[in-house]
Amino acid sequence: MGDAIVVTSGKGGVGKTTTSANIGTALALLGKKVCMIDTDIGLRNLDVVMGLENRIIYDLVDVAEGRCRLNQALVKDKRFDELYMLPAAQTKDKHDVSPEQVKDMVLELKKDFDYIIIDCPAGIEQGFRNAIAGADRAIVVTTPENAAVRDADRVIGLLEQSQISAKLIINRIRPNMVKTGEMLDIDEICQVLAIDLLGIVPDDEKVIKAANSGEPTVMDPSSRAAIAYRNIARRILGDMVPLMSLEDKAGVFKRFRKFLGIG
Amino acid sequence: MTEKQHITIKGVKEGLLFLLDDQCEFSAILDELQYKLEKTHQQVLTGPLIHIHVKLGSRQASEEEKEQIRAVIRQRGNLLVQSIDSDKQENADNKGASPELKMLTGVIRSGQTLQHDGNLLLMGDVNPGGTLYCTGDIYVLGTLRGVAHAGSGGRTDVIIAASLMRPTQLRIADVISRPPDEWITGDAAMEFAYLADGQMQIDKISQLFRLRKDPIVFKGV
Repeated sequence: MGDAIVVTSGKGGVGKTTTSANIGTALALLGKKVCMIDTDIGLRNLDVVMGLENRIIYDLVDVAEGRCRLNQALVKDKRFDELYMLPAAQTKDKHDVSPEQVKDMVLELKKDFDYIIIDCPAGIEQGFRNAIAGADRAIVVTTPENAAVRDADRVIGLLEQSQISAKLIINRIRPNMVKTGEMLDIDEICQVLAIDLLGIVPDDEKVIKAANSGEPTVMDPSSRAAIAYRNIARRILGDMVPLMSLEDKAGVFKRFRKFLGIG
Repeated sequence: MTEKQHITIKGVKEGLLFLLDDQCEFSAILDELQYKLEKTHQQVLTGPLIHIHVKLGSRQASEEEKEQIRAVIRQRGNLLVQSIDSDKQENADNKGASPELKMLTGVIRSGQTLQHDGNLLLMGDVNPGGTLYCTGDIYVLGTLRGVAHAGSGGRTDVIIAASLMRPTQLRIADVISRPPDEWITGDAAMEFAYLADGQMQIDKISQLFRLRKDPIVFKGV
């Protein structure tokens, strides 16, 4: 029996889809059988980020309305044999499926896969309720901004009501801004939200590039964000991996100045 | 009957006192009463007319339940139920000045609202976007980052205290105050808010005794 994890945030644009795509791919890299579900009906993105847009034949709403079987709608990833995706419909909207229908799909997928990663739409309405319906646990994504933390807090409250335990990922951290105090720091966010921290992901331009080319960032080990996502995947599997250091790799000159005490 | 006895029968000057347990199910009491009257206490309960006083402890019985007790006892012809009483509920009428403190554990998150009638001790945080309404005092053993409204019924003698005072807004009775425009705090640790001349004031918790009429007074030594 697999494990269904919903990736949610409340606020839009904090990196739910990027996180879903990268965690899904990272788990596949580690040899797990993974299925990703895009529940953002009407605004589907996961397929674009994964570079699988042109392979879609059926979608989630087709399955819900009985036009095809569940495994007919699954899109196999081009890089991994054991990575699949259930795309959302682009022409319908969130009210065209019910939480029960999504729950049934997740239950069926859990029989065949080790991990089900559910990409949740922004907001706390019908789309959110659909996405969390079948989830065993949740990953809440936030960025170090007050508005995102506020929304994450709201979502954690709603998840607690549904008795889904949540862990936190703080995305798009800029170490320099944290150091100067312009950005909320990790401890502050964890104190407010009071849930376990699953990982931190530094802001990395390579993520944008990767998303545009349909190749998840995790595939490129030179990116710091990729390492962060791989660490998160290992923590999901139960490994103890220390949080990555946010310090920039100091150049020789900078280290020398620091040594002299003038840096 | 091996389990705990729910009914104690005592002889007093006026007759017999039936002391009924106030924690168990009401039906358990009826069953036991029936059993005692029919089986175990026959010799005591036969003979001349006896007056019975039933004490319910802190249980609040409805008229219907009292009638059921009477019906069971009345089966013995010589027993006459004189009274069925419960202990008076304390503080039932002076709700406003209730000294009772309700303790709750948890985090009040964004979008969540907690309402309480009386004084409240919350062990946990109130996050931004979370709201606490209370007719009495509010004590937060944690960080107060959201909105707290003490004396929501109109009382002005109440306080809002927090281990770490970082509220979005504080309200006492009808007075609304938002930091930091109106008051600035230092490290915000262990502070409380109160009303003085219709104005919100913040002070260290160690100063609270000046406000309260009944601080501890040590004598001797």
